[in-house]
Amino acid sequence: MIELDDIDRQLIASLARNARQSASALGKRYGLSQPATWRRIRRLEEAGVLGGQRLRLDAEKLGFGVTVFLGIKLARKGHVSLEDFERAVAAVPEVQTVEHILGLYDYRLRVVARDLPDFERVLRRRIMTLPGAGDVEANVLLTEERLAGPL
Amino acid sequence: MLDDVDRRLLRYWQAEPSLSPGELAQRCGLTPGKAGRRISRMEEEGIIQGLGRVVNWTALGYAVEVSLRVTLDKTQGNAFDVFLAEARQVPEVIEVQTFLGRVDLRLSIIARDMAHYQQIYRSRILTLPHIADIEALMHVARIKDDETLPL
Repeated sequence: MIELDDIDRQLIASLARNARQSASALGKRYGLSQPATWRRIRRLEEAGVLGGQRLRLDAEKLGFGVTVFLGIKLARKGHVSLEDFERAVAAVPEVQTVEHILGLYDYRLRVVARDLPDFERVLRRRIMTLPGAGDVEANVLLTEERLAGPL
Repeated sequence: MLDDVDRRLLRYWQAEPSLSPGELAQRCGLTPGKAGRRISRMEEEGIIQGLGRVVNWTALGYAVEVSLRVTLDKTQGNAFDVFLAEARQVPEVIEVQTFLGRVDLRLSIIARDMAHYQQIYRSRILTLPHIADIEALMHVARIKDDETLPL
């Protein structure tokens, strides 16, 4: 596994917040030359620690006022193919994330909608009709915080 | 407010966040200057919150991810605030969400292995204030996690 020092950790946290920082600007902040910074970033990328980029958008300002987490239990286990369910659920545009989990539910979905009537439409037409979808539990997201994690 | 060109810009950028400003403008059929002005405006309005690198915790040795669904003892007036303030202090907590629904909130926790998780759970989680009930869901796989909005 990759060994990290304090500068690596700060680089990761900083790039997670803002990917558009040049190696020279980051280097200046941490007292490194531009090539040395570039090599560190390259090493973190090669180890798979730094993944792709992600655009953070304000869903509410874009008209998506409702985010709901759905816990889905598959009906008649053994008769439905997980692959079929996964392929179908991942193709729903309003479904932002799909996680396979162990516990009360089989899958956890993050679903966005314009408002509650729109959510109901997505739920009835796109989720309940998925192959194998059984019990569904819904929790409406009120607030969300993403933390830096153990860096 | 947003027009169709703004939406197109966000749609392309969201689908391929690593596009350079020039490439993005070209895809949308805009001059770099016009695309840049639209992006700056959407940043000022808070629609675009930022562009960050995705941190891959597995590559950093965090093989286990657990969702803890927590119900709080709401007879204590400030239970949410007190709980959240303390939960934020646990480094392995990477996400905190509050809900309207069957559970009050959810913590995403990462750990190196099950023994490490067990240790965090006992020493840092069960000691958090005002917990009435707690349920653990173990992550098996991420099927979809791009978090794109259906613009």
